[in-house]
Amino acid sequence: MTDVPAPALEPEVMPRPTTEERWRALRAVSRGDVVYRAVLTALTLCLPAVLLLIAATLVVDALPGIKAMGLGFLVHSEWDAVHNRFGALPLIVGTLYSSAIALAIAVPMALACAVFLTEFAPRWLRSPVATLVELLAAVPSVIYGLWGIFVLIPLLRDHLWPLVRPVLGKLPIFSGVFYGPSMLAAGVILSIMILPYIAAVSREVLLAVPPSQREAGLALGATRWETVWSVILPYGRAGIMGAVILGLGRALGETMAVTMVIGNNHQVALSVLKPGYTIASVIANEFSESVTKLQVSSLFYVGLVLFVITLIVNALARVLVWQVARGSGVGSTAL
Amino acid sequence: MKTLAKSLAAAAGCALLAGSAWAQGTIRLTGSGSTFAYPLYSRWAIEYHKIHPDVEVNYQGVGSGAGIGQFSDGVTDFGATDGPMTDAQIAKVDGNVLHLPTTIGSVMPTYNIPGVTEQLKFTGQVLAEIYLGHITKWNDSRITALNPGVSLPDQDIIVVHRSDASGTTYIWTDYLSKESPDWAQQVGHSTSVNWPVGLAGPGNPGVTNIVKQTPGAIGYVELIYAIQNHIPYGLVQNSAGRYINASLETTTNAAAGAVAHLDPNTDFRISITNPGGADAYPIASLTWILVHKQMTDMTKARALLHFLWWGLHDGQKYCTELAYAPLPRRVVAIEEERLKAITVDGQPVLPRNYRGQ
Repeated sequence: MTDVPAPALEPEVMPRPTTEERWRALRAVSRGDVVYRAVLTALTLCLPAVLLLIAATLVVDALPGIKAMGLGFLVHSEWDAVHNRFGALPLIVGTLYSSAIALAIAVPMALACAVFLTEFAPRWLRSPVATLVELLAAVPSVIYGLWGIFVLIPLLRDHLWPLVRPVLGKLPIFSGVFYGPSMLAAGVILSIMILPYIAAVSREVLLAVPPSQREAGLALGATRWETVWSVILPYGRAGIMGAVILGLGRALGETMAVTMVIGNNHQVALSVLKPGYTIASVIANEFSESVTKLQVSSLFYVGLVLFVITLIVNALARVLVWQVARGSGVGSTAL
Repeated sequence: MKTLAKSLAAAAGCALLAGSAWAQGTIRLTGSGSTFAYPLYSRWAIEYHKIHPDVEVNYQGVGSGAGIGQFSDGVTDFGATDGPMTDAQIAKVDGNVLHLPTTIGSVMPTYNIPGVTEQLKFTGQVLAEIYLGHITKWNDSRITALNPGVSLPDQDIIVVHRSDASGTTYIWTDYLSKESPDWAQQVGHSTSVNWPVGLAGPGNPGVTNIVKQTPGAIGYVELIYAIQNHIPYGLVQNSAGRYINASLETTTNAAAGAVAHLDPNTDFRISITNPGGADAYPIASLTWILVHKQMTDMTKARALLHFLWWGLHDGQKYCTELAYAPLPRRVVAIEEERLKAITVDGQPVLPRNYRGQ
């Protein structure tokens, strides 16, 4: 409104700041920074807080069960709501067994898939196939369960099993009559569910292997396959291990699809053809219609066990990754 | 600033007015529990709201156990359960609870035996032996003796049961416990039991699918589910020695048979499996709504009792529509007396001569 001219030439009049002054200005903390930092810290602390809260809730609600059954809970096989006797051994074994089967099937397939897509597949094929594999992860687990009941189980029982039975039937892990719902069916379903995670992460890891490694291998006279086996896979093993652990974590906690195909029977059996049970399944199955307090508490107790199992698995994985990473570091300096 | 404060105050005033109008206009009743009866109660809620727009009933099928818990904790106005509350649970609410039967469910054996199209006959004893794992082949003499003329194969019986805790399992195991002392002693009855043998699937669909997909399988499902999905099922022998086809009529007959000699002072926590009556289907059970005997809020109490009264009378016609068996007349008559005995601060909620709205 007024006609005061703007002091346009002021910067030129002012003396140039010394280097030290500029540093000080850069280091000075503005009020915005303080708020920003506080908000971020609070948000970041929320996550561990939630984890601790979950652990605390589990322990509190599991306490009646822990008091009533103690550590014997972990080694008993009975699950009897009528007589209030609960044991989690078949559930723990079932959870680990089904996840182990899943890993045994999914890891080689996922690695093969990742290697093929990064090293061997023609360029035009790579991204469509990668996308399709990743789409597997988008299928809801209840759909996998339905597919398991209607397609996978009849396929395994009526077509695949009669074919391999003369050879495998004598092995203890394939003994007994195969009715369909079983540890094997659960393992296969789980393997399909975790495959996209392992494949996608492994593929990213292999893509990150520097071309110089590849070229060095080839220059030393290795075939492409030898390069993959002795250069590229060892280089990425820490990352691949991480991918496997991610898949394992998912397999341990999967509920719906497993419940639909595992047979839900509290027994510990070596044979993969026998039905089993997992921790996540029993919680989903029994929680809403639990009658006695001890039954509810037992479910919390077994949930706590699952929590501890996943913690242990993750800790072991961390150690493994460190070991492997150190190994590859040594290897690369040696090169 | 002043104008801002004024407009805020005005807005608050409006909100208060609107709030009180809303509170006076609509009475909200909440209930939760039985998933088995969920389709019926939610239908009641919808139909009742059409006649009485001022009453909104919100029912959630959270499961019987959770329903009893929420009712006991005072979270809900009424609970719903497929198994009656235990003495311990009743003691927890100081006895201030009434069990009101609303409809009847029944459970039937279903099976998948390749080459067998006839409707098989079972007795409770044989079903118990099968589920105990004592009868393992379909051509066992104890099964063939009940089914002369049916050629049963030399096939393994694969027992299928529910993996989830459920009212259906409660009815089934209650029946087996009554029929077989071995079962009662070894397994007992509850919403989930320690099954001696078998595979398990979640829910009626889970059991049905395993039975359909597994040659030689036998399972148990609710009547409503079997009717809606056209599942083949067996005849079961009743206490009169006749083999009964499960249907809405024979299920209602079961309740009628069971309450024929019922003490008028019953608390309705009764098992109606294996009842008397020539045409009664033996594997049936009541399902209950739980309300307090002494309520605190007269407006809510009146609305709730009107709603329940309507459900026990006009609401019964939705039972058959949804494949639930309606209550026998005698049960409703006793329940009318129970509803009239409910009080708020010592005052009865319904007048003595109440006959519905």
